[in-house]
Amino acid sequence: MSLRSPLGKVRGLGSAKEGVAHWWAQRMTAVALVPLLVWFVASICAMIGADYGAVRDWIATPMVSIMLVLLTIAVFHHAQLGLQVVLEDYVHTEWLKIASIGIVKFAAIGLAVATIFSIVKIALG
Amino acid sequence: MVEFSLPKNSKVREGKTWPATDGAKRPKSFRVYRWNGDDGETPQVDTYTVDLDDCGPMVLDAIIKIKNEIDPTLTFRRSCREGVCGSCAMNVDGTNTLACTKFLDEVKGEVKVYPLPHMPVVKDLVPDLTQAYAQYRSIEPWLKSDSQPTPGKERLQSPEEREKLDGMWECILCFCCTTACPSYWWNSDRYLGPAVLLQANRWIQDSRDEATGERLDELEDPFRLYRCHTIMNCTKTCPKGLNPAKAIADIKLAMVERR
Repeated sequence: MSLRSPLGKVRGLGSAKEGVAHWWAQRMTAVALVPLLVWFVASICAMIGADYGAVRDWIATPMVSIMLVLLTIAVFHHAQLGLQVVLEDYVHTEWLKIASIGIVKFAAIGLAVATIFSIVKIALG
Repeated sequence: MVEFSLPKNSKVREGKTWPATDGAKRPKSFRVYRWNGDDGETPQVDTYTVDLDDCGPMVLDAIIKIKNEIDPTLTFRRSCREGVCGSCAMNVDGTNTLACTKFLDEVKGEVKVYPLPHMPVVKDLVPDLTQAYAQYRSIEPWLKSDSQPTPGKERLQSPEEREKLDGMWECILCFCCTTACPSYWWNSDRYLGPAVLLQANRWIQDSRDEATGERLDELEDPFRLYRCHTIMNCTKTCPKGLNPAKAIADIKLAMVERR
């Protein structure tokens, strides 16, 4: 039970003075993902039936490698921003919220680094 | 954590069916949410029948008729009966609205009447709006200005500046939008909700106000403002036809603009 006044409860710990950067990054990565994903899906469709060597050669093309690295960064950055919002919305136990957001962020960084490493490894032979 | 099992008072029982009056030419049945904190029972839905030929055209007319002629224990708020006070905000036919401006003709079949969703209930159709009012208080909804107007004169505003307040000054704070917002349902302890954010924007956009930056500072928070995910329930339900979602979008734009 709390006898704190309603206004005191609402003011709480005050404004966090952040959130704009998160919101703006989510919009920017979304905009970047439109051309990147269109290009990626179209390219994959164009290679249906191609063998392993052909796909490897395609990835090793400098322009393609660069686009794939950009796509990886945009996808994982956008995904972790979005998942953070979902967790903040629905997980109300403070420690669980912080832990799950941490896991999401670490996973996103880990997977992004692994993906970029793979692309670079193919690109540089 | 998300609650998968509903609290005790979320389970609504079948209540009493009140007999229809004899000789009703156009009977319409009303399914009304009933709960009081005194008898220790869970909420129930009572069924009343009203003759539309002997009743005003609005949902509020029927509810007043039920209270006057069938069941005086039915409890609800009402005052102006013309959509300017916001007292009779309730959930009619699945949508938050003002009972006084909702035509009975618009409701097909039985009329379901519930209190505003996801607020504590005081009794029957009366929600406890204490927190929503405190949130409104927290945005300091009054003109803040360091400069003094010329003595004896009003603070001037151009017609274009005044126009920016259209669509916001009309808000009557009935909280239909706020209580229709899923983000508010899940995080009402920290998210301000559409009604309060629309009011905040009303002061942010006011050319006479000199505290715009401080107002934005206070709103710049992942929960206070950014729980809005543009779900648009607020705009869809607003009985005054306003657009709280756009007001929130305007605040988000102002946040980016000042970076």
